[in-house]
Amino acid sequence: MPGFPPTGTEQRRSFLKYLLGGSFIAWLVAVLYPVFAYLKPPKVGEVEVSSIKVGKVNDFSPNSGKVVRFGNKPAIIIRKPDGSFAAFTAICTHLACTVQYRPDLGLIWCACHNGKYDLNGKNIAGPPPRPLEPYKVILKGDDIYITREA
Amino acid sequence: MANQRFSQRLYRWLDDRYQLDDLLHLVGKKYVPLHHHSLWYYFGGVTLFLFGIQVVTGILLLLYYKPSASEAFESIQFIMSKVQFGWLIRSVHSWSANLMILSAFIHMFSTYFTRAYRSPRELTWVSGVLMFFLVLGAGFSGYLLPWNELAFFATRVGTDIAGQIPIIGKPILEFLRGGEDVSGATLSRFFGFHVAIIPALITTLLVLHLAFIQRQGMSVPLGMEHVEVPEEKRLPFFPNFMLRDLLLWLIVLNVLAILAVFFPWELGKKADPFASAPAGIRPEWYFLFMFQTLKFIPSKIFSLDGEVIGILLFGVAGVLWVLVPFLDTKSSRGIKVRGMTYIGIFIVMYMIAFTILGYIL
Repeated sequence: MPGFPPTGTEQRRSFLKYLLGGSFIAWLVAVLYPVFAYLKPPKVGEVEVSSIKVGKVNDFSPNSGKVVRFGNKPAIIIRKPDGSFAAFTAICTHLACTVQYRPDLGLIWCACHNGKYDLNGKNIAGPPPRPLEPYKVILKGDDIYITREA
Repeated sequence: MANQRFSQRLYRWLDDRYQLDDLLHLVGKKYVPLHHHSLWYYFGGVTLFLFGIQVVTGILLLLYYKPSASEAFESIQFIMSKVQFGWLIRSVHSWSANLMILSAFIHMFSTYFTRAYRSPRELTWVSGVLMFFLVLGAGFSGYLLPWNELAFFATRVGTDIAGQIPIIGKPILEFLRGGEDVSGATLSRFFGFHVAIIPALITTLLVLHLAFIQRQGMSVPLGMEHVEVPEEKRLPFFPNFMLRDLLLWLIVLNVLAILAVFFPWELGKKADPFASAPAGIRPEWYFLFMFQTLKFIPSKIFSLDGEVIGILLFGVAGVLWVLVPFLDTKSSRGIKVRGMTYIGIFIVMYMIAFTILGYIL
């Protein structure tokens, strides 16, 4: 009724409408919240690995590479043609495939989308947008360790 | 004679309770228009038939399959080598999945080119495209279940693509993977999506899709609907069209059997999360054009990550595709917009060209 102040009945009616609508939304949230929370996977206690032993120097011939397990993620260790070592995360920065060393190219290569990285982990060809995260290689006597860079 | 009387009595018994005569009358009034594009009407039915095959063979596989990272691969090995006809059931399930996607593609593009989506059938199109996306989701989630090397990396890449979406990407990725990485938790989730959630959603949409078609009748291609359709140019749905449908389904079933027997589906190597992606890795053919596009996109476009742009473009294209009936409103007024045909041809050519490139490069 335009121009007229709302009558008592109408005020009561709109109050009840909001009350009912509000309770319905609250009810919906109370039902849906546990469902959505359930869908979110719980954080599994991840073992924080800071350093692993990958083998002995003689296990690696120059111009070769190997994917090893670093905590829950794959890492790649490479013995360059000059005999020195380098290690990186093995997860391609493009779409998370696991990379490999290509002795024929002397490069780190991702089979999924033909991404290429040089031996410093820098993305040099194909779709990868960022370099591979490097790990530090430590030689203790004959043993090779890789650690997260501090 | 006694038999006939029994069937007649049974019919009358049911008719008394459920008024079957009304239903038969309704079915008798349904006609399929005959014209030189009538062929395309069959692909919806073929897709439906293959969906039925998927449900049946899927249920059979469920009886032996074990959805865990340590047992999935071995359980499929068991199905294929020890269970009688297990190899056949699994091979039929895989082949039928691929044929179903192919036939859904054909069905979808034929309705696009004949403008069957135009008013009043907008929601038939929308429900159909949503089902198509769900079918792709079923293909993607089912691909992981054997837990082999190719599937593992396909899932890694596929879920990482979802993770690239700005802001909401990370939660989606974790929701899909059931954690940060592709693991046994991902397999459990994909199993749930594949055998319960996606089929339930498809079935719901399918009921709507078919109800819409029943209610509105079959669309006639744009420009043909004003032509007076003579009696002999319409085919009664029951029994004429249905029998042709059934005959075609029989042919499809035979093709399926031949493919499944002579080209049995490979199982490959068991997935190892700490091995490099094998050379020559590629997704299933229906994702190949997107995969190839992502390969071609440079790493940086205007200081933005190339793949993010690629993924967003595909996302936008998908949304536009759902909205086609609301974008091409002229077709509802009987005007055929040439541009829509060209866009459709472009999309089909793009998909074919990039799929071929995906195989040869």
